[in-house]
Amino acid sequence: MSLTRREFVGTSLTSAAAFAALPSLSFAATADEAIAAYYRRRGHIGCRDHLDRARNCRERLNTVQIEVSAPGAEEIIMFAAGNPNPNVATFKFGPMSGSQAATTRIRLASEQDVVAIAKMPDGSFLKAVSNVKVTIGGCGG
Amino acid sequence: MAENVTPRVRAPREASVGEVVSVRTLISHPMESGMRRDGDGNVIPRSIINRFVCTFNGEVVVDVTMEPSIATNPYFQFEAKVMESGTFNFTWYDDDGSVYEDSSDITVS
Amino acid sequence: MTGQTKRVVVAMAALALTASSLAVWADEDADLVVNGEIEMVVRTDAPAHLDGAVRTIYSGWVFRQDDTQAMQMDDFDNPGMLFAEQGQELFNTAMGANGESCASCHTNAEDLTRVRATYPKWDEAHGAVQTVEMQVQECQTESMGMAEAWGQNSQEMLNMTAYIASIGRGQVIDVAIDGPAQATWDAGKEIYYTRYGQLELSCANCHEQNYGNYIRADHLSQGQINGFPTYRLKNARLNGTHNRFRGCIRDTRGETFAIGSDEFIALELYVASRGNGLTVEGPSVRN
Repeated sequence: MSLTRREFVGTSLTSAAAFAALPSLSFAATADEAIAAYYRRRGHIGCRDHLDRARNCRERLNTVQIEVSAPGAEEIIMFAAGNPNPNVATFKFGPMSGSQAATTRIRLASEQDVVAIAKMPDGSFLKAVSNVKVTIGGCGG
Repeated sequence: MAENVTPRVRAPREASVGEVVSVRTLISHPMESGMRRDGDGNVIPRSIINRFVCTFNGEVVVDVTMEPSIATNPYFQFEAKVMESGTFNFTWYDDDGSVYEDSSDITVS
Repeated sequence: MTGQTKRVVVAMAALALTASSLAVWADEDADLVVNGEIEMVVRTDAPAHLDGAVRTIYSGWVFRQDDTQAMQMDDFDNPGMLFAEQGQELFNTAMGANGESCASCHTNAEDLTRVRATYPKWDEAHGAVQTVEMQVQECQTESMGMAEAWGQNSQEMLNMTAYIASIGRGQVIDVAIDGPAQATWDAGKEIYYTRYGQLELSCANCHEQNYGNYIRADHLSQGQINGFPTYRLKNARLNGTHNRFRGCIRDTRGETFAIGSDEFIALELYVASRGNGLTVEGPSVRN
């Protein structure tokens, strides 16, 4: 599966935040709140990012295959901004991982932005947003 | 309580030292989100697999925290770097306390 | 490091599409080979009985987007195979008063290779056309001593029919439409061309006259059933043929026939016969 190339400007932290064991995300009402909560937990101050928005239309919404990739990242967290519960998954890559990339299948309640944030070893964060269109996914049943 | 949960994994049986190999996993599970209501309007309680871990010879390849937006019958694909022969262990943790396990051996030469 | 530009750090791909905006749409010229070994016929000349209504018949697979197509090309990526495997376990599990499993009689499951390709089929003993589900039910109540057979749309039955279909994948469909089955086939054809519901739509309106076109956001197929039971990404489960028929008629805003009804048995025989020449794909992957 080919990847979209995007460019980002990340602002790194001077003081690396202590990296606590992964707590489970508490329920957040919106993706913005969930993302803010994640940044707070990880001691993030702020970042500037420049994003392309890719247009895409999938023919189903209950099973959308998503690939995330962030070379060198310690972990990648994914959000579905338009889902009632925006949390999707957190991938934490261990010493035996061969790449900082993963593919999974997710549910999307409607056309929406899927957000991925990567935490880099130097304490910086990188964010990507992809707008995914989905159709109602087949007649009948 | 999820019934008939069947894990499946696919990893290569052989690789060369230092090779990056692709690993895929699929497990049958309804991943009830806790957002749906039944015919009487009552919320169907959440019942999902909330964590998936793959290790190789005891060391973590990937540790995934899973949320209700993960689709029914969760699927993962990722890569591991193998330096020696050994065993991949795969563990899925269910909300109901169930733990599902599978493993796959690989010969590295 | 502040202000340093990082390149390509988080890339996301629900977007296999960036390479080509066309790639996400169905590749109607693609060929289907499952696991690199089971060669499917996804397009072929229409059977003679269609009498020119369509010239070529197509598996529903060709109408799907490329990543949906890909999910059926490898059993590992096909979630329907999880349930076929559960069906295989059921096949070997004793059930009913006689302590027998399916495998007690059908010692070699390979003997069932042609089942999916030839059903629905006339059953002499019962004097009726039987679906695969009815045959399973008959085994359960008449041979295995089960007081109550599985429901036609139960998970167990879906798993079992997925397993039976999976044994016969790649087999060319050839259901008999003449002889004692003909009256049922005629009834099915009548239903196929009858307009139902407030929208007054027949099967043919969508699947014969408009396949390849869009109905709202849906890319219409020919409504072939060679891929059933099918794992649908919209509901993430196996779906049986009659349940699918019911969904179609409901979408015409009509009163539907019941799963397992004589009408749907007849329609299943007729629709299956429209796919004579395609290959068994169940459990397939569809949207």
